[in-house]
Amino acid sequence: MQEEEKGRRDFMGMALGACAAVGGVGALYAAKRSWDPLPSVAAAGFTEIDVSGAQPNVLNVEKWRGKPIFVLKKSADMKPDDRDVIIGKDRFLIVVGLCTHLGCIPAYQGNEHKFKCACHGGEFDASGHQIFGPPPGPLVIPPFKIDGTKLVLGEEGPEFKKMKDAGLIA
Amino acid sequence: MAHFDENAKPFSNKWLDERIGLNTLMRVLNTEYWIPKDINFLWAMGMVLAATFGILLVSGIFLLMYYKPDVATAFDSVNYTIMSEVGYGWLWRHIHGVGASIVFLIIYIHMFTGIYYGSYKKGRELIWLSGMGLFVAFSAEAFSGYMLPWGQMSYWAGMVITELFAGGSLEAVGLVEWIRGDYVPGDAYLTRFFMLHVLLIPLVIIGLIVLHFGTLRLPHVNNQEGADIDYEESAALWKAGNRKESKVIPFSPVFLSKDLFVMGVYFILFFYLVFYHFNFAMDPVNFDPADGLSTPAHIYPEWYFLWSYEILRPFSKDIGLIAFAFAQVVFFLLPFLDRSPNVAPAHKRGLFQIWFWVLLVDMIILTAMGKLPPTDPTFAFVGLVSAVLFLLMWPILIVITMFEKKIEKGA
Amino acid sequence: MRELKVLAVVVFFSLLTYYLVEPYAHHEMHKKVDAEGNEIKIESRGFAYDGSGDIEQAERKGDTALVAKKKTFWADVKKISALKGNMTAGEAGFAMCMGCHMDGAANMGGVVPPSLEHAGTLYEKNYLIALVKDPAMASNVDHKYADTMMHPMGSVSSMFTDDQSIADVVAYLMAKKAGEVTPKEAFAEACTRCHAMRYANITQLGDTPKFKHEKDALAHKIKVLEEQDAVKAYMGKLPPDLSMIIRARGEHFMETFIENPQTQLPGTSMPRVGLSHEGYEKVKEYLTEIGDPSKKHREALGPWVLFYFFIFTVLAFLWKKAMWKGLH
Repeated sequence: MQEEEKGRRDFMGMALGACAAVGGVGALYAAKRSWDPLPSVAAAGFTEIDVSGAQPNVLNVEKWRGKPIFVLKKSADMKPDDRDVIIGKDRFLIVVGLCTHLGCIPAYQGNEHKFKCACHGGEFDASGHQIFGPPPGPLVIPPFKIDGTKLVLGEEGPEFKKMKDAGLIA
Repeated sequence: MAHFDENAKPFSNKWLDERIGLNTLMRVLNTEYWIPKDINFLWAMGMVLAATFGILLVSGIFLLMYYKPDVATAFDSVNYTIMSEVGYGWLWRHIHGVGASIVFLIIYIHMFTGIYYGSYKKGRELIWLSGMGLFVAFSAEAFSGYMLPWGQMSYWAGMVITELFAGGSLEAVGLVEWIRGDYVPGDAYLTRFFMLHVLLIPLVIIGLIVLHFGTLRLPHVNNQEGADIDYEESAALWKAGNRKESKVIPFSPVFLSKDLFVMGVYFILFFYLVFYHFNFAMDPVNFDPADGLSTPAHIYPEWYFLWSYEILRPFSKDIGLIAFAFAQVVFFLLPFLDRSPNVAPAHKRGLFQIWFWVLLVDMIILTAMGKLPPTDPTFAFVGLVSAVLFLLMWPILIVITMFEKKIEKGA
Repeated sequence: MRELKVLAVVVFFSLLTYYLVEPYAHHEMHKKVDAEGNEIKIESRGFAYDGSGDIEQAERKGDTALVAKKKTFWADVKKISALKGNMTAGEAGFAMCMGCHMDGAANMGGVVPPSLEHAGTLYEKNYLIALVKDPAMASNVDHKYADTMMHPMGSVSSMFTDDQSIADVVAYLMAKKAGEVTPKEAFAEACTRCHAMRYANITQLGDTPKFKHEKDALAHKIKVLEEQDAVKAYMGKLPPDLSMIIRARGEHFMETFIENPQTQLPGTSMPRVGLSHEGYEKVKEYLTEIGDPSKKHREALGPWVLFYFFIFTVLAFLWKKAMWKGLH
């Protein structure tokens, strides 16, 4: 009799505890959603860049999702690469301007056709490949879509998907 | 050095007990914290309040992450960012708004329960005083929080309440401007009230809650009859398994099981208000942005401040302020104004019972009159009479309790 | 059951306090009374416009000349309403409207003439008839134009001089300028000439475009400020931004105010807009979408949360019962 009563008490206590836990999970879900990027932030994740006025071997830096984006129109003496983005007849280097070592912004040396990172001495060539120092990989290509002479950053176009499938983006 | 068992597994019961006195803690605060059996659901209001404070704290933390204490952006950070952009931001805000209002309903129920059953009497004075401290701290918290959405009601409530500090004929304009940090409520004002709301006052509240719990531990909770219980005897009976004969129950889990049930009922009401009936706690007028050049047609404080606001209103400026100041502190004095030694429910205390119901009804009338337009002569008259009555209630209390017949215990 | 008695007392006093400070106090605060102190009941007339409200209002003022004028006016409207409109003649008449109510129209006499693209859906027939006949009377703001000030649409009286021509153009609007209208279009056509809505990036000049350069953004802002100055000069003060109006005013207020602004704010310069029931629903939908976007979410989540706490309470009750068994 005593035992039976105790069993019932424990069972009801556990049922209530389980119920409270379910509520806790629900509250955690709401809490998680509150930390998601706001719709206005997500919408601002798409940036349009017009490259029609670009000059060869002159680096343009645009801002996308708070990060610098390097836009470099290749000159004739630069080696073509699979990672080049072809817009019209021109080849472009389009990469996130953050060193793949620890995230500093490398500086472009136009005469040498090289990106040099001041933080730890990493270097990249004009196709974004690492050629010296600690960087573990090439500069990352952001998702892009070609739209005439414009480039929409943040959207994955067919050219980007092809590069991604070929494992070239990073 | 104390003895530590070599074989105790890390973080096992024994291991913890040797280090932080886990078993003692559990015993003192839970399993052997004795609560009288003779109680009703009103005894759960303390835990209901604690739970509501927890809910306010959690919802407040989420609001804090997107709120901007700046007069140019405050309104939009609340009404646009939080209400329409942040995932479940509207839910946090509704919970916070409704919680801030409903917490006062529970506080008032808790207070009047204490008055009815004489729970502020000898031995329990500090419970009452720390509780009143909490009431004042919650009032300050509510007022400072009310400023933050920076709507029309925020601005004008801020204007009027800070103006009180001018002290009527004292004309302490410098003090008012010092409180505002400006000639009118502005950016400095909003930012400092933001600080008070999210840091200083919550710290004070948490400290006072600990003190309030602490003051309860030795005198123990009162009971429905005000009976003086021999806790040692009753505790021994309980431990021996005589659950029926013992007059007490342990806080955890027996008392807590009842608390949780009452909390469940309360939460149904609470969330009904959050989802379907929130306007009483989130005044529509406050959805108009603050405008220092246009006062809303009707301004009034939130409902829980109305009774003391009405004590201010019917008198001339100086007398009104003095009456208002009196109303703010008089409840603190209750344990000392009540001269009767009887710890008993009001219905066993003769005239005190009448006094109790008159006070309750008078405060409800004051609350109603505080919101009704004073331009109506009937309302103004009723307001004046009930304000005067409120002030007279306290000398009357001294007299009637002085002549109260002593109740023989056990009779 | 002593406990239930205690509960009844607590509930009684809580509800009494609630009743006094909420429904009762708000009713007392917002009630309107006539000269004899009798309460004026403000009721929705279902977005039908027959002038009865305007006439009652004039009667309360005790101005017999005004009463007669309003009665004659609305009787005429009723007469025109009964006429059968000729669509072809109406189309020709409408061409005259387009002189002002065109796309990209500029401010004229205080406001930008609104687009009439969905006028047949948004506005009620009798109101349109009244408006063409006499804009100030139709909008119940004739008190504003008592002296030398001219209604910006005043010239319409020289375009439609006889009853039949009014019936024709209104018939044309009701038939050809109707059709599906989105909530946003409804708001843009009916409200934005005076009211901005910053949470939707709408100003008195319509949608705010995205500018890449700050200079362009500021230039646009100056244009908006100039437009606002013009509206302000015409209306007496800048009409409020409507971003949060759906939360700031109650359902009843919104409905009766939009039908006839004078009932809720006597003397206001806001004209009656003449929305039909459908037009009002569309505008309200847009105001809700912008000012209370969580409404749908809130209403969907509410029952689940309440259901959860119901289950919680039942379990808590069973646990309590088990724990308290054998205590008494």
